[in-house]
Amino acid sequence: MQFIERRKWFYIFSLLFLIPGIISMFVQGFNLGIDFQGGSVLRYKMDTAIEAPAVMKTVQDLQLVSEVSVQKSADEFYIRTTELTQEQTQQITDTLKAQYGNIILQSADSVGATIGSELIRNAFLAVLVALVLMLIYITFRFEWTFGLAAILALFHDVLIVCGLFSLFQWEVNSAFIAAILTIIGYSINDTIVIFDRVRENLRMKKKDPLPTLLDRSIMQTLNRSVNTVLTVLMPLITLLIFGGATLKIFVMTLLIGFLFGMYSSICVASPIYYEIKQRG
Amino acid sequence: MRKNTSMAIVATIVVIIIGLAYFTNKPILNRLPLGLDLKGGLHVVLQADEKAGETVTADTISKSIAVLRNRIDSLGVKEPIIYPQGNDRIVIEIAGVDDPEQAVNIIKNTAQLEFRDQTGKILVTGKDLKDAQASPGANGSGPAVSLEFNAAGAKLFGDATAANIGKDISIYLDNEVIETATVKTAIPDGKAEISGGSMTAQTAQDLAVLLRSGALPVSFSIMEKRTVGPTLGADSLNMSVKAGIAGLIAILIFMMGYYLLPGVVASISMVLYSILVLGTMVVLGSVLTLPGIAGFVLSIGMAVDANIIIYEHIKEELRFGKTLKAAIEAGFSRAFWTIFDSNLTTLIAAVVLIWFGTGPIKGFAVTLSIGIIASMVVALTFTRYLLVLFADITKNNKLYGV
Repeated sequence: MQFIERRKWFYIFSLLFLIPGIISMFVQGFNLGIDFQGGSVLRYKMDTAIEAPAVMKTVQDLQLVSEVSVQKSADEFYIRTTELTQEQTQQITDTLKAQYGNIILQSADSVGATIGSELIRNAFLAVLVALVLMLIYITFRFEWTFGLAAILALFHDVLIVCGLFSLFQWEVNSAFIAAILTIIGYSINDTIVIFDRVRENLRMKKKDPLPTLLDRSIMQTLNRSVNTVLTVLMPLITLLIFGGATLKIFVMTLLIGFLFGMYSSICVASPIYYEIKQRG
Repeated sequence: MRKNTSMAIVATIVVIIIGLAYFTNKPILNRLPLGLDLKGGLHVVLQADEKAGETVTADTISKSIAVLRNRIDSLGVKEPIIYPQGNDRIVIEIAGVDDPEQAVNIIKNTAQLEFRDQTGKILVTGKDLKDAQASPGANGSGPAVSLEFNAAGAKLFGDATAANIGKDISIYLDNEVIETATVKTAIPDGKAEISGGSMTAQTAQDLAVLLRSGALPVSFSIMEKRTVGPTLGADSLNMSVKAGIAGLIAILIFMMGYYLLPGVVASISMVLYSILVLGTMVVLGSVLTLPGIAGFVLSIGMAVDANIIIYEHIKEELRFGKTLKAAIEAGFSRAFWTIFDSNLTTLIAAVVLIWFGTGPIKGFAVTLSIGIIASMVVALTFTRYLLVLFADITKNNKLYGV
């Protein structure tokens, strides 16, 4: 297969995901979870017949906090508010009990926003330092062009996943961070294996033109790329089908990330390497 | 002859690994505590309040952790997780608390006990306490806490009571008066009692715990407090563990179905690999959290990947017409640098995340790092050895998928 020759199609495919995602990130931003925003989340088990707007009004009428939002999923109600004290939580629970009868408070989370911003800053710094060190290592073992291409492919994966999160307003929490880190780890690993084959082929005496050589390297590692992603996806798919409800979004993120990680290693990293080589 | 020896060695290895898996799975899983995100409980972050003239040092924090650990142990909580965060914070995670409110009260008090005279002069402090116990209280005064001073404290208290006969002495806890009493006679035996109108059996019990464990060297404020419902993890966890195991078995079946004989080798290696990774986590005292599981999943993927890379190389060499042994040798020497470079690049990222990361990020990175190192060691030594042994047993290329 001619991957390099068809690279424009891959670029278009990627842009189809990237552009809406990036626009969405600027326009509507992220649905930041409590880990980042600070505030309280109360989780109640209630009768499924109860409607979320009614619950929201009940809580608002107490006039305890400025912001209230209620999400309903089957018999579970998530009430998000700005920071609540223990007494206020009790007050809300009592009021809801009086109004709706049989309800159970399942969890009450509260987080100061400072932890969130600090966690983001640390994670951001860590990823930045990791990128620089990886670039240095790849330059040392391969060539800087490989390093640059690998890291651009990495950005591509992270941007696509972040874009999807913004587009569909999935909640960004610490599980999301774990998923992003996993994707970074997988994507770089996957890309290096293919570049390793390119490096091996470049050392051969009889040299093909670069596009042919890159295509051949991708084809030679294709079995491995597909099989590896298949094996990684197996536990994720069983988790998605049989696992608990709380893990679903997390597993879903990993799944999307691994697929894009494989795609970018094959269809983005090598073409970018080719582009750099063409110009450099 | 060589064939028989190899078969014997392979059989022994398989028996040892199955035995190892059989005997270690329970102790490993029991000793791998589940994080709060999975088990539920209380998560508290304390921030040291630095007053003028005070500096919070690493020493202050580690002393505070010791005090807090005493207090939480006295609540009867098993294995609380207490660790410093940054320079002036302490994170406390307690799984499965019945009464989070009580736990928080016990945690946050500085518990600075002082006896002061009418002029406000400090006579004795909690530093000189030897013991504090809740008691039903003497002569019907209601629940109380009986105190016993050490030698120095007894001397101070004796002198103070002797000097203040007929005057009031007040007992302060964290700068609030909890009791004021008039001294009738000097008390030289170092025994005192705190009682008060509002003291209940429970508050007496809590106060005794606070005083026994000593005062915190600095005062702390609660920066973050989260109660995670135990149902959150409990119902989904059982299902998820089963689902995860089903997924791992699917990997092994796929490997054996696709790679045949090397797939069998991979399966044996993966069992050893899992024991190594989980065992190392137990030894390091790690806690299993959701991000930790993500790290584990990724590292399993990379371990399987190492196997796949090796087998694809061996297949390729066999197709070039090499003999089995030569193909294994050549396959390994080519796969070595592929695995080395790809794993080391990821390891670099993981180590940086351990260095900079906090909480969930660190958990992820630690598991991933352990996984990567274990994967490289197992794939490049054990798997290789097994493959060579199997090559002695059968030279049929078909079993290698060629």
